[in-house]
Amino acid sequence: MTQSLTHLRRLEAESIHILREVVAEAEKPVMLYSIGKDSAVMLHLAKKAFFPAPPPFPLLHVDTTWKFREMYALRSKAADEAGMELLVHQNPEAKARGINPFDHGPLHTDMWKTEGLKQALDLHGFDAAFGGARRDEEKSRAKERVFSFRTANHRWDPKNQRPELWRLYNARKAKGESMRVFPISNWTELDIWQYIHLEGIEIVPLYFSAPRPTVERDGLTLMVDDDRFPLKPGEVPVMKSIRFRTLGCYPLTGAVESTAKTLPEVIQEMLLTTTSERQGRAIDKDQAASMEKKKQEGYF
Amino acid sequence: MSQIYKTDDLIASDIDAYLDLHQHKTMLRFITCGSVDDGKSTLIGRLLYDSKMIFEDQLAALEADSKKVGTQGQEIDFALLVDGLAAEREQGITIDVAYRFFATEKRKFIVADTPGHEQYTRNMVTGASTADLAVILIDARKGVLTQTRRHSYLVKLIGIKNVVLAVNKMDLVGYDKAVYDAIVADYTAFAASIGITDFTSMPISGFKGDNITANSENMPWYHGPALLPHLETVEVDATADQAKPFRMPVQWVNRPNLDFRGFAGLIATGTIHKGDEIRVLPSGKTSHISRIVTLDGDLQQAVAGQSVTLCFADEIDCSRGQVITAANTPCEVSDQFETTIVWMDEAEMLPGRPYWLKIGTQTVSATVGQPKYQVNVNTMEHLAAKTLDLNAIGVCNITTDRAIPFEAYADNHDLGGFILIDKMTNATVAAGMIHFSLRRAQNVHWQATDISREHHASMKNQKPAVLWLTGLSGAGKSTIANIVERKLARMNRHTFLLDGDNVRHGLNKDLGFTDADRVENIRRVGEVAKLMTDAGLIVITAFISPFSAERDMVRAMMQPGEFMEIHIDTTLDEAERRDVKGLYKKARAGQLKNFTGIDSPYEAPENPEMRIDTTKLTAEEAADAIIARLIP
Repeated sequence: MTQSLTHLRRLEAESIHILREVVAEAEKPVMLYSIGKDSAVMLHLAKKAFFPAPPPFPLLHVDTTWKFREMYALRSKAADEAGMELLVHQNPEAKARGINPFDHGPLHTDMWKTEGLKQALDLHGFDAAFGGARRDEEKSRAKERVFSFRTANHRWDPKNQRPELWRLYNARKAKGESMRVFPISNWTELDIWQYIHLEGIEIVPLYFSAPRPTVERDGLTLMVDDDRFPLKPGEVPVMKSIRFRTLGCYPLTGAVESTAKTLPEVIQEMLLTTTSERQGRAIDKDQAASMEKKKQEGYF
Repeated sequence: MSQIYKTDDLIASDIDAYLDLHQHKTMLRFITCGSVDDGKSTLIGRLLYDSKMIFEDQLAALEADSKKVGTQGQEIDFALLVDGLAAEREQGITIDVAYRFFATEKRKFIVADTPGHEQYTRNMVTGASTADLAVILIDARKGVLTQTRRHSYLVKLIGIKNVVLAVNKMDLVGYDKAVYDAIVADYTAFAASIGITDFTSMPISGFKGDNITANSENMPWYHGPALLPHLETVEVDATADQAKPFRMPVQWVNRPNLDFRGFAGLIATGTIHKGDEIRVLPSGKTSHISRIVTLDGDLQQAVAGQSVTLCFADEIDCSRGQVITAANTPCEVSDQFETTIVWMDEAEMLPGRPYWLKIGTQTVSATVGQPKYQVNVNTMEHLAAKTLDLNAIGVCNITTDRAIPFEAYADNHDLGGFILIDKMTNATVAAGMIHFSLRRAQNVHWQATDISREHHASMKNQKPAVLWLTGLSGAGKSTIANIVERKLARMNRHTFLLDGDNVRHGLNKDLGFTDADRVENIRRVGEVAKLMTDAGLIVITAFISPFSAERDMVRAMMQPGEFMEIHIDTTLDEAERRDVKGLYKKARAGQLKNFTGIDSPYEAPENPEMRIDTTKLTAEEAADAIIARLIP
């Protein structure tokens, strides 16, 4: 009897295949876990790939100390439920220098995330790191390989990428070199949401709308998540019904005003919206071709 | 016009119904092929735009960019939507494979966007390898060009069965039916000549949007489907794959505890049920499927395209790289194949050099023979060739170091498509497609002989060995080898010295000093040395043998422990100062090409059994050290 596979089932099978290839070929893989919806889907796929065993690698959160509180709450819970070890890395230098998104601009991302990630990978000697990046997110990502090869210095050379044919991934590398692997490369934002809905995957409540304290900065609606947020003299946070389409550091992540309290409502809003997902990210607009440059330097 | 592709009303009124509709979408992967100016990026940008995959912020950026760097004056330049990397935006060309996504009510689409110029055959083959359908673009003003022929040939080579011929830029030829008909007639004749008998043609304008989402009023004479409706409804061969015999390459053995042993993989073809009898290849062992395990519960059946974990009723051996097949319709197993190779590396192919070959989930060592012929991708002519360089396509025999389960690429892309990986750089250097297994692999058998290699060795009262001396010309290999042999003879050992210069007077006199010939030189010497060790001899060889890949190849031919790699190490300066044969002088003067150390590399051994520093030891002392190591 012929059985027709839907697009989500095909994407799922492809991602599971990629996860297993890495575990079979890499010496010490790790999954970068950012607590967002893409990470949630990737983690869910890892559970499927290795069931009934737990995924045979740890989760790594490269922490900036500036994530939303609700993200930290979900972090340990998700790792526990998957039966996986959770590693948290905070760049000690960024910590010592008190690097923060309010005073240090692009340096914040560079030190906490880019440098922090490299430190953590070197510290544990991971030779393959799963990331939840998708090709539809941004133009330079559209050309990213599923297995992205990095030099011993974590550099990405867009002109020197290995061709990927059929389902064949070349995971061979010299000592010190590593791979970044993107199992959900071919998923779109809509696929992610549909899959979360279909599979009942738990995500951070910030994706759903609720009354939250907000202020306006440079055209972004920011949530005042804790008392580290420097309010201007006389400024009082305004309660607004908001939610987030992507989650990062709270002072850098713009909210959208919304009444969507359920997944179908979120998907509904997403489909009717007229702006792209990364629009809420301050990081992409720092400079022209900014993502491509960050990637060459080692950002995911 | 584009409204029909986004059911805004349904989304707004009944999101649950919409979601249900979208859970049942299928997927189509396609590739767009066209020359640099055929308007490929514009077409993709148009598809994204018309299926409303472009958001306001992106559109605003697009409008700004169009005015700044666009090529369409004040109008929106859709190509800018898809030309990703900063470098190519400046050059105005696409330089790699990019993947785009859009969806309609019926399907999710993944588009591989690849460049059209000749030097990027590599990228097009890569993009085509996962595609179900190819859109071949022709500029209506130019007709069938060399590039069109090249792209069509590659599409046929990669085995894409659904072909759309899109005659683009119809707006620039006044939507003239005669122009369109002439191009289609031209293409039909050419396509038949390369075996493409079935394709769908349509006149379009990516820039103006004619015949993209709906039939254009500008071309009332055209009655076929518009592009997007065609892409939405074209039959994809997924169900055909399910009807084929069952095959699943094993990716990973799942063994969390002693009570569970499952074999994880993605089903390449066929359907499997609980209770089915299976056969594991190459071992040939059989068992039954006891469980089809997934996180969502056990399945009764699984089909091609699904990732599953299979459990067997019996404890039979099965590991990564093996293939689980239907018991009564197993696939073939062989170690010699005729293949088509697409070379993808800057460094040319070296016939005889061992590369890693990855097929399915298995990686084996393989050597490629000299091409039977190379294909001129523009004219489809067969050309004589000694090697293949970047973007060259040729037919070559391949020999693997062990028998592997496979199928012809035409029947099964997962078990017939492979990549070659350079053992030193780890680069993916080629893609290949198996045609068939060579009969000689099936018909040439090992003849059992009564006098074994052990018997030969024991008659000589010694352990066979290969003392492989490698190093720069003038390092002292021949001198040291000669002393070693003399001393061993005095000790009543049975030896033979294979010297680089001497072998080139006979066995290898047909070989020169190109990289390819050097590889073959060492392969032959390795095979001769192997026969001599079978005869029980201690073989001493003195060859520059500059590449580690070939030294490793010879090592792999020998019994474990019988190969001793000895680096006769001297600096280039010192070797050049000695220059016993005057060769360095000639090379420096440009009279000798491909001279190791001068204009051809020497890859020093990383972990040789011995390293002899000739600046510290005399030849006599070196020989003693080697013998002490051989006979402790």
